[in-house]
Amino acid sequence: MSNIRDMPNGQTMEVRVWRSDGEGGRFEGFDVPQRESQTILDVVSWIQQNADSTLSYRFACRVGMCGSCAMMVNGQPRWTCRTHVKKVLKNNRLTVEPLRNLPVIKDLVADMDPFFDKWVKAEGVFHPSKTRADAIEAISSEHPMRVEADRAIECINCAVCYAACDVVEANPDYLGPAALNRAWTLMNDERDAGHDVRLDAVSQKGGCHNCHSQQSCVRFCPNELNPTASIAGLKRETAKSFFRRRD
Amino acid sequence: MLDLRLYMAQRISALIMIPLTLGHIAMMIYAVQGGLSAGEILARTQGSLAWMLFYGSFVAAVSVHAAIGLRVILFESFKIKETILNALSWTVFLGLLYMGARAVYAVTAL
Repeated sequence: MSNIRDMPNGQTMEVRVWRSDGEGGRFEGFDVPQRESQTILDVVSWIQQNADSTLSYRFACRVGMCGSCAMMVNGQPRWTCRTHVKKVLKNNRLTVEPLRNLPVIKDLVADMDPFFDKWVKAEGVFHPSKTRADAIEAISSEHPMRVEADRAIECINCAVCYAACDVVEANPDYLGPAALNRAWTLMNDERDAGHDVRLDAVSQKGGCHNCHSQQSCVRFCPNELNPTASIAGLKRETAKSFFRRRD
Repeated sequence: MLDLRLYMAQRISALIMIPLTLGHIAMMIYAVQGGLSAGEILARTQGSLAWMLFYGSFVAAVSVHAAIGLRVILFESFKIKETILNALSWTVFLGLLYMGARAVYAVTAL
């Protein structure tokens, strides 16, 4: 961190951080020095390293690959390692909270269990159609199904979309944009043999049909994916299956 | 709080409502343009099986569509328990169906 310079005028910013032991909580204020090219994760790390070592938060790669460091910043979900302070600072103030729509373990650490449990509920797992004795199936990168899967495949599991989704907030059983987006990539995987099981999984009470297409997931996805389009694809496929399976 | 069955019921009822709504609007414009009185309109609709089927299917589609739509709003706004939600949904459906059926009967029965 020694090569990162403080701003020439020694300017600081007022940062309000959510402190909680999982039961209730409160905001705590910190004065944090402003620096060039400073990210929100830099701010949280500065507080933990210089002001209060008991502050808990989660991060790993620091370069937008792992999806660990997402938090609410000024009320909006963001990947903090790739969010520059200068883009979100308002009236020299920042508010940092744990991700919305998830239980809090401590301070800025959200419990991701419900998020990943829903990936499993949505059958976001690969169902092999071949054995290891079979030859590897050649998949063309230009095949329409592969192109469709590629559009949705770069999800880093950060749960930003899940925190942004008002349907998740209103309906805790809703599987959420990430799990359904994952299910859609597998529906477009030619090697997958679990399509019918997956269509049943995404047609349950908390399934894809609860999406109101408000597109908060699209607006906030740091990788610029379009989970709403993936969910629309699932709605189309389940609607077709509704008639097909009655033949 | 929507599963595939309710989702399809709401979408199919919407599909049914679209042409019927357009037909209803076209008919209102025609009636107003031609200067038909209420009595003249009733003289054309009463005893007509076609109008009874037209507005009867519209009422049925509206009852299904609105009940499911309200069900979602009620659940997401008030987190109502499923048994109560089912009861409310059926009440809205049957209420709309009853009121609509009465109106259709009044306009099309002899």
